Amino acid sequence: MKFIKFLIVGIVFGIVMAKSEAMSWYRIQEMFRFQAFHMYGIIGTAVTLGVLGVALIKKFNFRDFHGNPIVFYPKEKSIIRYLIGGLIFGLGWALSGACPGPMVVNIGYGFFSMGIVFLFAIVGTYLYAYIKDKLPH
Amino acid sequence: MYEFIIQPWPWWFSGIIISAIMFSLIYFGQSFGFSSNLRTICSAVGLGKKVKFFAFNWKSQTWNLVFLVGAIIGGFIAKNFLSHDEPVAISSATISDLKNLGFAAPISMQPNELFALDAIVTVKGFLILALGGLMVGFGSRYAGGCTSGHAISGLSDLQGPSLIAVIGFFAGGLLMTHLIFPLIF
Repeated sequence: MKFIKFLIVGIVFGIVMAKSEAMSWYRIQEMFRFQAFHMYGIIGTAVTLGVLGVALIKKFNFRDFHGNPIVFYPKEKSIIRYLIGGLIFGLGWALSGACPGPMVVNIGYGFFSMGIVFLFAIVGTYLYAYIKDKLPH
Repeated sequence: MYEFIIQPWPWWFSGIIISAIMFSLIYFGQSFGFSSNLRTICSAVGLGKKVKFFAFNWKSQTWNLVFLVGAIIGGFIAKNFLSHDEPVAISSATISDLKNLGFAAPISMQPNELFALDAIVTVKGFLILALGGLMVGFGSRYAGGCTSGHAISGLSDLQGPSLIAVIGFFAGGLLMTHLIFPLIF
């Protein structure tokens, strides 16, 4: 039962990815061609509210549901891994029109061929882990 | 209300809901980052015995797998109960650009040219989906996160590494769209 809240939040996530059309290859193409504000509006609104909310959490030391302090862990400092990893991610994002979340939303929506994309995303994750130590980080 | 829900959602409403999702997960003691699930799945199927990157207590990530299952259900609900499944209303400039690459104007959420059965059984069609997925999976783990982990969660916390990752996401997306698409479509 302790997981039911995550199921509900996940359902809301799936619905918003579909209803905002962020799960659509067309919308991703439109974004990378700078031909509409839609995707920038979605991400911009989420990040603006996110910045405000995170700042408030830090300022007032809000606690979570379990009563624990909410902590944000700084990501490890580097440039190369974020830039090169991000670049490879972006190539795949534009090609398939989906990042990992929307992939599974597409499957639920009825686009079962997105299952191929998701399966290969798992293979890509395995491939990364396999050659991780040889890559610059 | 129902009329509002059944239409495609405006960007501002979608953005508010996405930030609410992030804060809900934070409130529940977790964080918003979807691509970790790919690593968790590798670990859950026993790959931790072969590759130490997958040797961790994946059960601690069960909440995120449940979130993933919810996302699938959410997609199903949106399609079957909350929409008329109308064509995506992309700009006429995009329709015209895509037409030059051989894509018809949208008739639903996704292009048949990439996702219909007769497209995915061709070598080229299959490779497009497979390589797209492969790069997303490889890149998100190399960069330590995807759109949710870096662009939403990381930027909300004003993290420098996330900004670099998002710049990388866009550089890759622009490269694919403007330089590689004309070669493959």
